[in-house]
Amino acid sequence: MQQFWEFFSFADANIRYVTLGSVLLAGSSAVVGCFTLLRKRALVGDAVAHSVLPGVCLAFILSGTKNPLILLLGAFITGWISLIVIDYITSRSRIKEDTAIGLVLSVFFGIGILLLTSIQHSGNAAQSGLDKFLFGKAASLVGEDLIVFGIVAVLLLFTTILFYKELMLLCFDQAFARTIGFPVRALELLLTTLTVLAVVVGIQAVGVVLMAAMLITPAAAARFWTENLKVMLVLAALMGAFSGITGAFVSYTAPAMPTGPWIVLIISMIAILSFAFAPKRGWVARLMRQRRNRALILEENLLKLLFQLGELKQDFETSRSLSDLLERRSIPKRQAIHGLKKLKQQGYVKKKKKRWILTIEGEKRGRRVVRLHRLWELYLTQYLHLASDHVHEDAETIEHIITPELEKRLMEELNYPELDPHSARIP
Amino acid sequence: MNAFWIILTGSLVATCCSLLGCYLILRRMAMVGDAISHAVLPGIVIAFLVTGSRDSMPMLIGAGLLGVITTFLIEFFHRYARVQADASIGVTFTWLFAIGIILISVFAGQVDLDQDCVLYGEIAYVPLDLWITEGNLNYGPRTVWTLGFVTLLIILFITIGYKELFLTTFDPAFAAAIGFSTSLWYYLLMTAVSLTTVASFESVGAILVVAFLVAPPATAYLLTDNFKVMLILSVMLGILASAAGYFLAVWMDGSIAGAIATVAGIEFTLVFLFSPTKGQLLRRRQVAPARQPEEALA
Repeated sequence: MQQFWEFFSFADANIRYVTLGSVLLAGSSAVVGCFTLLRKRALVGDAVAHSVLPGVCLAFILSGTKNPLILLLGAFITGWISLIVIDYITSRSRIKEDTAIGLVLSVFFGIGILLLTSIQHSGNAAQSGLDKFLFGKAASLVGEDLIVFGIVAVLLLFTTILFYKELMLLCFDQAFARTIGFPVRALELLLTTLTVLAVVVGIQAVGVVLMAAMLITPAAAARFWTENLKVMLVLAALMGAFSGITGAFVSYTAPAMPTGPWIVLIISMIAILSFAFAPKRGWVARLMRQRRNRALILEENLLKLLFQLGELKQDFETSRSLSDLLERRSIPKRQAIHGLKKLKQQGYVKKKKKRWILTIEGEKRGRRVVRLHRLWELYLTQYLHLASDHVHEDAETIEHIITPELEKRLMEELNYPELDPHSARIP
Repeated sequence: MNAFWIILTGSLVATCCSLLGCYLILRRMAMVGDAISHAVLPGIVIAFLVTGSRDSMPMLIGAGLLGVITTFLIEFFHRYARVQADASIGVTFTWLFAIGIILISVFAGQVDLDQDCVLYGEIAYVPLDLWITEGNLNYGPRTVWTLGFVTLLIILFITIGYKELFLTTFDPAFAAAIGFSTSLWYYLLMTAVSLTTVASFESVGAILVVAFLVAPPATAYLLTDNFKVMLILSVMLGILASAAGYFLAVWMDGSIAGAIATVAGIEFTLVFLFSPTKGQLLRRRQVAPARQPEEALA
């Protein structure tokens, strides 16, 4: 607990640097990541991250200094070239995008490693520290790094806000953007530049492999909580920033712990929890929805059966046994009993000496299902000219979906019909 | 002699990876291969912690399992949680890789592993780790034996399952219709990819595995339309890259794995530009005369 207060009072300059650096980095790359994710090009971030290495090494070889700005410039140039090469290969040959990404990523990185090891073996004393581009060094950020991070983060956020509308159109409707005269090609280059910028800066904190996560993971997590791009951007940035703080805190309490991997671990946990439990889009929510739908369909089918039996015998007063029901339609027995019990609780059926009978409400609901079924069959035969023996299956599905408004429209459209295509009365 | 062992190791890795890579790039799953090659890290660390040694067998099993788990997670996120495909790959492998690095840090005292060794390996040490029996017989480097075994397995796998792999790759619907289980072959293929990754990680590292999985098959893909020819061509290109890469590395005094990847890239660039049927430069020359009548009209 004491450590907790020590950390969050930010009294120690080092803590301030590391935390602020992690937050700026994670937040700004999350925002850029949203756009690349929505353009379905999430993995290009990975390619850029691997491709900056030869740039760093070349910049060092050519300039002979370790001036961070020159190294960053070199990194920026090869990162940018890598994206152009990926685009060129995919558009000019039959090689698919994933192959192009994997190819550029591994070859650029291979060149980088070759140059890096060559420099290291050359005995040049000035080279030490170049490999921070490989594995990151979030825990040893200093004031200077922070200034660079801050400038880039502000630049990224500012550009995103300035070009928000254009970037949004680029993600969602490129064709429309082109039609109304947006310079699509220039915007693509802008987004490429933003991605490369985010990667080049971020890689020094988390390293080559994990940089991809800083772009992809917060965006993928935020996507599960909202349909609104603005909300998604803010959410992704917040999630990124939160994992940045937590990662810094973990490595503060346990100094042996690397900051970068912890940031990634935390943001990944957030993402996986979002995949599972986000309302509406999450896995659990969808499972529940499917279950609810299945239960609803089962109940309506049971009501329909009871109604049809009554209709057949012209008698809604007699109760029916379970085997009467299962004779007409094969439903697994346990499911049928379970469904009937639920219907009883809701007051649609009553149980008399192990036999079942519809209540007034139940008769009404059963009748509606049967009516929708027959209406739909009629609609299909009259308007789509399907043969009357082909329409039953389709009606089986749609009878559970049609809303009262649609039902009214169908009745009007079909001129309040009496009989369905099989000459059964529409109740 | 050292040069021979190193080039042989590289060629063995090239053979396994290029063969499997042909299937991966045609299934548009090149990045899944990349993901697996990174995500096996926690498996390697755990196997190391459990057995306390760098024995090949437990590592093969541990990382093979992790590879299958990676594939499964990617599928699961994509199919059941409806995460878009590229994001599900990106999230899964970075997550597992982060876990691997954290495990290394936690057990730093007990694990003699380094993340740079996982990324770009050290093929130059291959000839040093010899397999010498009690009778003082020298069988050559250990890694070569492990890799040779895995290469045999992969070749066997591809020969025995050739028809199934071929069909599930090119026409999954038809394959399913005649009774091949597409998901069974998918997971078998991915297990093979993880096995290869682990067997080669010590010597060449993840990055060269990815380079071999993608570059030679992509190069061969631009040279031929026949799948069998593509398999053979990509193996040959991979072996050529291993040999040329070794000498490039010696000349530049740099990482051999990096140099091999560089040569694989050069091979691709050359073919991309000069392939007789699909090269950028030659193809344009074929198209150019056809344009002339139009220009004359204009």
